[in-house]
Formats: sequence, C-alpha cells, structure tokens
Amino acid sequence: MTATKAPTEPPSQQRVVRRPGDRVFAGAARGSGIFILLVLAGVAAFLISEALPALTASSEEIPGGEGLGSYVWPLIVGTLLGAVIALVVATPLAVGIALYITYYAPRRIAAAMGYVIDLLAAIPSVVYGFWGLAVLAPKLVPFHQWTADNLSWIPLFAGPASASGRTMLTVGLVLAVMILPIISAIAREVFSQAPALHREAALALGATRWEMIKMAVLPYGKSGVIAGAMLGLGRALGETMAVAIILSGGGAATINLITSSNPSTIASNIALRFPEATGLGVNTLIASGLVLFVITLAVNMLARWVVNRRADFSGAN
Amino acid sequence: MAKRIEVSDLNIYYGNFLAVEGVNVSIEPRSITALIGPSGCGKSTFLRSLNRMHEVLPGARVEGKVVMDGQDLYGSDVDPVDVRRQIGMVFQRPNPFPTMSIYDNVIAGNRLNSKRMKKSETDELVERSLRGANLWNEVKDRLDRPGSGLSGGQQQRLCIARAIAVEPDVLLMDEPCSALDPISTLAIEDLMAELKERFTIVIVTHNMQQAARVSEQTGFFNLNGVGQPGRLIEFNPTEKIFSNPDQKATEDYISGRFG
Repeated sequence: MTATKAPTEPPSQQRVVRRPGDRVFAGAARGSGIFILLVLAGVAAFLISEALPALTASSEEIPGGEGLGSYVWPLIVGTLLGAVIALVVATPLAVGIALYITYYAPRRIAAAMGYVIDLLAAIPSVVYGFWGLAVLAPKLVPFHQWTADNLSWIPLFAGPASASGRTMLTVGLVLAVMILPIISAIAREVFSQAPALHREAALALGATRWEMIKMAVLPYGKSGVIAGAMLGLGRALGETMAVAIILSGGGAATINLITSSNPSTIASNIALRFPEATGLGVNTLIASGLVLFVITLAVNMLARWVVNRRADFSGAN
Repeated sequence: MAKRIEVSDLNIYYGNFLAVEGVNVSIEPRSITALIGPSGCGKSTFLRSLNRMHEVLPGARVEGKVVMDGQDLYGSDVDPVDVRRQIGMVFQRPNPFPTMSIYDNVIAGNRLNSKRMKKSETDELVERSLRGANLWNEVKDRLDRPGSGLSGGQQQRLCIARAIAVEPDVLLMDEPCSALDPISTLAIEDLMAELKERFTIVIVTHNMQQAARVSEQTGFFNLNGVGQPGRLIEFNPTEKIFSNPDQKATEDYISGRFG
C-alpha cells in the first residue's frame, strides 16, 4: 500500500529487497515478543479484575475483619523476609561456586560439579519442603537457641527461639538452596565468557588469579549475576510448597526470624487457603497475588535500573 | 630500569607439542628488538615466554633459561606474577578494561601493587603515563569516561600508558599495530622511539617495513613445515638483516620470495 508512494522517494530507498527467510524470521521473532507481552497483560488483567471486589470491599468483609491492608501486610513481610534471606545467603555462595568451577577447579571436577549443581534445580520443591521440615529444621534448633542467647540484641534474632526450628530462618535457608543452582548456573555462564583479551591484560599487569578475577571477570559478569539473582529472587518470592510445608504461618508481621509465630508468605498462604475460600475470600487471595505480582515487577525494574546505570562501562560497547 | 634479557636453549611446549626449539638470544637494554617471521612460527609464543604469559594456557611450559640481569625468570622460587610486574605487555588487539574509566585503566597496574597512593600522586602518575603514551592531550578532558569509547589507536596508546605506568623494565609488544590504521601506527611507532630511551622493547610484527623502521636488532623465526617446531633462524642488527642477511631463508622471507 505504501509502495504506491515510492516514486516520490529517493531511488535508494525505493527497493529494499526483502527475502522470504528474513521476513519469516522477523515475523516469528516479533510474534514471540508480542506473545509474551500478551500473556503478561492477560495475567495482569485477570489479577486486577478478580482482585477488584476485594480492593473495593469494606474492611469488615475481608477475612480477619480489619481490611485488606492488615490482611496482606504480614504476608508481604513474610514473603520479602524469606526471599531476602535466601538471596543474601545464596548469591555470594553461587558466585563463589561459579568462580570455582570456571577458574579454579581442575577441568574434570569442574564439569562434574556443574552437573551436580544443575541437579539441585531439578529436585521438586515439595522434596525441599520435606527435607527442610524433617532434616534441616531439627538440625537448626541449636543454632536458633544460640542466636537467641547471643544475638538477641539484633531485632532479627529477638527470640524466643522456636523449639521445632520451623521458622522464617529455616525457610530462608531452604529457599537459598533452591535458588542456588539458578544463580550459579547463570553466573558460571557469564564468568566463563569473560573475554580472554581482558583476562590476559590483567595477568600481564602482574595480577594474581584473584586480582585478575576482580579486574576482568567480576565487572564483566556483574550484570549477569544480577540477572541470575533476580531470577532466583523471583523463584524465592513465589515459592509455595516448601514454605507451606515448613512454616506454620498465620502470625503477625514481624522481622523476628527465629520464633514459631511468624507470618506466612503470599504464595503459600494462597495455596493453603484457596481450597476452602469462597466469595470475597477468593478475591482477597487474588488481591494478595496481585501484590506479589507488583512486588516482583518492581524488584525486576529496580535491578534493570541498577544494571543500566553504568551501561557505558558494561563492556557491551 | 631497562634491563638485558639473555635467553639460552629455550624450548617452549604446548603440552607435548614442541612449539619453539632452541632459542639463544641476547636482548639489549634501551633498544628495540623486532621479531619477524611467517604466521605460526612461534614468535608470539617466544614473546609470551619472556614474561611467563605463555604458561597461562593449560599444559604450556618451557625448558631452558631466560635471565634478566642475572635473575632467572624461570627459577623455582620466582613468582610469575612478579615477573609480569617487571615485564609489561601490549597485545595485538587493544584491550583496555571496558568496565573502567580511562583514569582507572592507567593506574590499574599500580592498584595491584596495593600501595596506598595519594590522590595527587595518582593524578600525577596518570598524567605522566598518558603524556608518555602521547595520549594526554586527546583524553585529558574525559578521564572519567570509559576507555572503550576511544578509537582503536587511542585505545592501544591507553594500553601502552597502562603498561608504562608501573615502570616496568621491559616492554613486550605483540603486533601492537596490526589492528590499527597507518596514522595510528605511525603514532605508536613514534612513541616506541621515545620509549626506548627508558625501556627495553621487544616487538613482534608482521610488517617488515615496521621492523626496519623502528628496531635496532631483528630476529627472524621460521619453521620447516606444519607440525615442526619454530626456530630462531637469524638474529642480527636490523640493518644487516634487511641488506645482507646471513641466512638464505631470511633473505627469501624479507624479499617476498618465500613459500
């Protein structure tokens, strides 16, 4: 249609040869891009429309009788706490593992380790949940007691210590193990692609291996590690089964990590309550899901912003 | 400062493969020594063995001696990291650290020595090194910008500034101009002529005119065939190599009658 106007344009722009292969590929790529946006928009639309009754309902009608804010708030705190513990524990560990595999381990051990770590990602989360409940929680009881005895001046460890070990701390550690393979797999991939050119530049300046990693590998891999951490965080925020199994939940919002009375997380609360929920209860649960959606989106945008702030220095140019 | 390097009976291996065989040479201080020869003849491998960059590759090793002013660089108690701090290197492709500013690139090597330096000292060092690399006037207003934003020739001079900022004894250059245009090449060659007052320079080049223009001594590497080790065929004053070489192979190579 626009081609009919072509004679008025300069001849060089008149005929851009478009080969069928190009057109098919461009169409497929564009289609995929649009598809993912449509899915995202569909999910968002569903969440908003289903959450609307809860958002507009009066406080007394919401389960708990004190309004949506006080219903969701403990869950938000619980979700963020568990995810942050997981991220803080898993990220340095994952970076260490990735560096060991890419730059320190003998080649054969490195390959084997890579497989083992990837295997962690294949374990179903319900298994992690039972492991956390049956193995890790009892093992962590003495540690809980110790923190309550020695670190109670930090609000996170105010106590009293849980006798069962079924606490936010245990959940955070289980989540850390679960997201470890995601972060370390991505970190390993970006670290192994740090250009030999820059690694040699560092070595030729007289860098030790660790200094070489600091100068040429970590800065190069930083955005990849952040991306991996965000993927891990996404999984930790949304993890349902493991949390539901370990935590008793139902407590008030608290940052005290080692007591038995702690808030649940949004995802596990939805999973536990949904079967029995009716009417506005369903809308309330979906509204809490909407909150989770918004949190995840915000965290990801924040991470993007952090990565892009120093885009000039990323080495991509 | 500038030191003499004596190489005796040097064999260089990649795993079991003998890449370079039996090199004996003495590299003079305060001069430019050029290494020429066809691709794959081992001249870059030899160059990298001089600051122990060779052994960065898994399985790579050497036999023989490399002695710098009485110090055996391959002695059992010598740390390769120390060797590389004394013998700087400039690579074929400019490789400033993309995640660092121009300023930080220049002092990257000094930061490694982890001496605490005052801001005024580092400022002075950066200016001195960039002036030494003939780059100061072009970048003095954008020292905080990434080094990867410079042109190829500027990046290569930035790498030279980075190498000379740590005051090495020797500067190794592995085809430093092969990725650059003729004007940038000229700038680097002028720079080398200045730098040889202070450093021992060894340069690998594919450009025979360049070897003839800049160097005092020239070594010609060659190999008998694929899978054979490279050898140093002839090492003589540059003038002699390009006018009246001792070896037939050298003459064939420089006159283009080769292979």
